Amino acid sequence: MLKISNLHKSYPIGDSSLHVLKGINLNIEDGEMVSIMGSSGSGKSTLLNIIGMLDEADSGDYILDGLPIKNLTEKKAAVYRNKFLGFIFQSFNLINYKNAIENVALPLYYQGMKRKERQKQAMFHLEKVGLAERANHLPKELSGGENQRVAIARALAANPKLLLADEPTGALDTTISYEIMEFLQKLNDEGKTILIVTHEDDIAHMTKRIVRLRDGVIMEDTFVNQVRAGQNV
Amino acid sequence: MFDLDLWREIFQSINMNRTRSLLSGFTVAFAILLFTILFGIANGLQNTFTEAFGTDANNSIVIFPGRTTKAYKGLQAGRRIQFKNEDYDYIKEEFGDKVQFITSKVMKNVTASFRGEQNNYTIRAVHPDYMFIENNKIKEGRYINQSDIDNRTKIVVIGKVVDEDLFSKTTAVDKYINLSGIQYKVVGVFTDDEGYNEENVIYMPLSTAQLVYGNTDYIDFMHLTYNPEMDTDQALAFGNLLTKKFKKRFDVAKTDQRAIRVRNMAAGTKAVSQMTFGLGIIILVIGFGTLIAGIVGISNIMIFIVKERTKEIGIRKALGASPRSIVSIILIESILITAIAGYIGLLVGVGVIELAGPILEEYFIKDPGISNSLVIGATITLIAAGTLAGYLPAKKASRIKPIVALRND
Repeated sequence: MLKISNLHKSYPIGDSSLHVLKGINLNIEDGEMVSIMGSSGSGKSTLLNIIGMLDEADSGDYILDGLPIKNLTEKKAAVYRNKFLGFIFQSFNLINYKNAIENVALPLYYQGMKRKERQKQAMFHLEKVGLAERANHLPKELSGGENQRVAIARALAANPKLLLADEPTGALDTTISYEIMEFLQKLNDEGKTILIVTHEDDIAHMTKRIVRLRDGVIMEDTFVNQVRAGQNV
Repeated sequence: MFDLDLWREIFQSINMNRTRSLLSGFTVAFAILLFTILFGIANGLQNTFTEAFGTDANNSIVIFPGRTTKAYKGLQAGRRIQFKNEDYDYIKEEFGDKVQFITSKVMKNVTASFRGEQNNYTIRAVHPDYMFIENNKIKEGRYINQSDIDNRTKIVVIGKVVDEDLFSKTTAVDKYINLSGIQYKVVGVFTDDEGYNEENVIYMPLSTAQLVYGNTDYIDFMHLTYNPEMDTDQALAFGNLLTKKFKKRFDVAKTDQRAIRVRNMAAGTKAVSQMTFGLGIIILVIGFGTLIAGIVGISNIMIFIVKERTKEIGIRKALGASPRSIVSIILIESILITAIAGYIGLLVGVGVIELAGPILEEYFIKDPGISNSLVIGATITLIAAGTLAGYLPAKKASRIKPIVALRND
């Protein structure tokens, strides 16, 4: 599904540059649920951004589902993002003047789907996250957990191959965090490949594999016994 | 292709920022309003001037003889200059290619009577070309023709007012009218757009008048139109040349202003066209200045909107929005605000001009109006202005990197 070899990335800071990723090698298979851990500055968000095609590596190879991701034009990157990836953010990143169903339908709009079909699909995914009756509410009328569920529904809407979650529980309290994790586990059970960036140990242990990053290199890559979030709720 | 969803997105965005959209639109609306009113007033002024010159051919030159005021070549001051047929022939021979129409003119006041109806009128004895110079239209019958001139026929063509005065009970054509004791056959009735004063006259072949009133070849004055292919400067030069040649012909001092007088419409035409041109430039400068201010205003606000929506644009890009779709959202929003606001300005401007029209007429502004071509031109300008105003912000928006946009929370 995902093959990264010898990936380097540095950011210019004034005259010098900051070497953030120093040769990352990572393979992720279909159906895996992986967490990337590390303190701030370890390069975990940068790695996620490169995987999410929001940023580009300086050198190294990145192959997603057999497609080499390199020197993409903006337009192509937009198409790939839409087709392959679903994003879940810490701060939800919903569009504040659009209601839940419109937010969920947005990736489908960029796919060029017809309005009616879009609404149907969006409703289906909202039902899946259990928010069908909140479809016409604006983000500000929903709770944090509900907003994150809308964001998950949006990430799922285009039926992507890979779900990328950047601190998905960072803005939520423990109970709600576990609810969200339980939901992500359920999606993984159904076969979805999920990559989560987190700095919380308990969240990381709810995935099946933990990749620890420090100073731009992978320190540890271990498969763990998944803790089911449902037990803790 | 009409993309309903794109429009939905745009209206949602405009609606979200109602005050801001309204304010930015106001600048453009005001600019267009000002432009429309100024343009209407300029049009009105131009109409006033055009009307002042009447419907006569506006390329006409009139040559009057007068009395000399200076002694010259042994001839005394106070000598009367008399034009004759040979002077008319001289112009035709010498300046044939520069002259479009030419007529000599003899004026006489007569008492006209027909079956007991009687009134005083002016006779203008002229050549057939006169009809084109005066822009007369034949209502009934015919005009004076060359054979009338050659045969000195006793016919007249009467103005509409004369016809109404004397021939209220019958038709005038083919009737005989008595002009101070001599019978003439009426062959035609004419109208003139300038109205009463120009329709209250009787036309007669020049040669007939010369025969009847003294058997001379005298001419009171000459009236001609210059070749319309000549521009104003050429026409002015032609007028000056005529003056010079005639002064020489009649042994008049070069500095004598009274003996030969040439009234050249080109001088007036030139003054008016220069004034209109100047006025047009001023209005264009003011109009475009305001419009540019409006564009800058919209552009500013669009840049602000893009800044404010940076995060939203980042989200859209992360979800798969192409740079083009981002550009079109911003650009169309800008065009839409500009076009709608501009149109409101245009409508209000036209309304103001229409309402104020009758009042303005007292101030030498007649029929101030906005032509269709101006409306079309304004529409194109507005769309272009909106594109211009939205282009930079839109380009800026499309270059937003989603990673940068999403980071700033």
